[in-house]
Amino acid sequence: MDVGSVLSILITSLMAMVPIVLTSVGAAWSERAGVVSIGYEGVLLMSAFFGAIFAELAHNAVVGLVGGILVGILLGMLHGALTVYLKGDHVIPGIGINLLAMGVVPFGILAYWGTAGQHQLPHDAQMWHIRTPYGELSPMVFVTIVIAIVTWWVLFKTPLGLRVRSVGENPEAADALGINVEKYRFWSAVYGHALAGLGGAFMSVDWLGLVHKTMSGGRGFIALANMVFSGWNPLVSLIGGWLFGFFDALATWLAPKHIIPGQFILMLPYIMTIIIVAGIIGKARPPKWSGKPYKRE
Amino acid sequence: MKRSGSELLKSLNVRPFIESLIAIFVGFLIGAIVLLAFGYNPFEAYYWLFQGALGSTYGIASTLRYATPIMLTALTFAVGTRTGIFNIGAESSFYFGAIAAVIFTNVWDNMWFGLAMGMLLGALWALPAAVLKVYRGVHEVISTIMLNWIGWFFVLWLIVGPYANPNDPNKTIRIPVAARLPEIGYGLSIAIIIAVIAALLTYFLLWHTTMGFGMRASGMNEKAARYAGMNPKVAVMWSFLIGGLLSGLGGAMKIMGEGPGYAISQGGANIYGFGFDGIGVALVGRNHPLGIILSAIFFGMLRAGTALMQAQAHVPLEIIKVIQGIIVITVAIPSLYDLVKKAIHRGAA
Repeated sequence: MDVGSVLSILITSLMAMVPIVLTSVGAAWSERAGVVSIGYEGVLLMSAFFGAIFAELAHNAVVGLVGGILVGILLGMLHGALTVYLKGDHVIPGIGINLLAMGVVPFGILAYWGTAGQHQLPHDAQMWHIRTPYGELSPMVFVTIVIAIVTWWVLFKTPLGLRVRSVGENPEAADALGINVEKYRFWSAVYGHALAGLGGAFMSVDWLGLVHKTMSGGRGFIALANMVFSGWNPLVSLIGGWLFGFFDALATWLAPKHIIPGQFILMLPYIMTIIIVAGIIGKARPPKWSGKPYKRE
Repeated sequence: MKRSGSELLKSLNVRPFIESLIAIFVGFLIGAIVLLAFGYNPFEAYYWLFQGALGSTYGIASTLRYATPIMLTALTFAVGTRTGIFNIGAESSFYFGAIAAVIFTNVWDNMWFGLAMGMLLGALWALPAAVLKVYRGVHEVISTIMLNWIGWFFVLWLIVGPYANPNDPNKTIRIPVAARLPEIGYGLSIAIIIAVIAALLTYFLLWHTTMGFGMRASGMNEKAARYAGMNPKVAVMWSFLIGGLLSGLGGAMKIMGEGPGYAISQGGANIYGFGFDGIGVALVGRNHPLGIILSAIFFGMLRAGTALMQAQAHVPLEIIKVIQGIIVITVAIPSLYDLVKKAIHRGAA
């Protein structure tokens, strides 16, 4: 492997990192507050689609990113309403959102653009990139790093973050201290889904410049794996997300070379996550009240 | 016999049935709004959808054919839920059932051997999640998501690697003629009959055996079950293994019972997504094996009708996934029945 390929894999992995890190940072925040969601795959896909429509209409990629955030906020509100206020199951709405996305996006691509399965974005709807000899780099890479660091700092170093974590660890005690458990949980779910929405729009209007009906490609689940792998810590998930992105880029690079089948590289992140949750290496513990509705007595 | 009849009635409840009907109605309603928004005629679309699914013998056969795999994956989810487990691993047990059928029928071209190996591999693939849950306390949603992806990439490799068809390298080798499931007619094999029998057996197991009672008891209240002298750990193990077995059977029958290919197609396209669809089927069927038979036929109907809907009303077939997603999100609303009842009363007053 020469220096050129190493650099190009590194740059690809930085781009691949963005949707994974944004989603895992959002999911970590949401689960720290006690709201579990497995619908991020669907959020990524739908915000990629709607983000592209926003960007095209405005001839501006940044509007597309904001559109993606809006889609995330709406889906987060739906999830929050079902799980926090109506005390419903945390996993089922996510399954519904994933199914919905698998319908809305292929249907929408055909109904809105009239092309089957895929749509190429015009140039004025795409984000500008920093050009290097080894590939293009988006400014969103730096935005993602900043978001991960700031989220970590707020979650672990500020009173707001302490309150968010308290409603996920011990809602009864938080409630007794006068913290509005439902409000914190609801807006945490919204924040989590909003970040995934940004990640989804990044894929269409920034990284790939196209919308494809299966473009989320399991990243919503990789992000969940990364969240667990990183011990529900946004800062660690920045590194974990880059590592997952690296495996993705490595598998793509290795595919035509027939050294190791790409499928085995793609499996690694999931195997590592299982090893870590099993406690064979290190230890990962979810927030205590994660996924359980809190009812005041 | 009389006792079992009244038990059956007691285990069925009108309320959840109505809730599922409401969810289906909401799904179609929002589907219609989406269709209208994009300039399609929803009445025309739904007319051809039902015409395609039920309007001909071929349509009905297709409905039942599509109902078969999701009936089995739905049973996996239901067995999990009834034992207090959120098993979303049906997806990958299904892959292993399918690839086991391909591998082992080419060793011995016997139908029963193929089905048995499908069930065995499906159950084996569910084992890690069971062990992690029982001995390490790992939440099954996390472990089954990971296992689904590991299984997916592994089976993808088997498809293009060791079991690729030398004459058509994107697909696997075929199921030998002698091991294929006999056809009833119109492309429908006896798989549907086996699936319904599996559902009835699952019902019998859960509601009419000591083992099933123990499983359901530990699902309702783990502590109480333990005080009553039952072992929830054993119940959890059985729940995963039976669940994996059912999905493995589904995967094996998908390949052994559906022509003309009788092979796993390129990129695993004909084995992907049945586990996730099955969760929707189980939810609408209220995690009851008999409800699941009906709900699988309903979802099979949606799928079978799309061809005619696309041809006649020119509506993209993905609209049924939209409807399916809305139905699942709607059944996730707790006490939907009370909410709707309250709304109707308010409207009447």
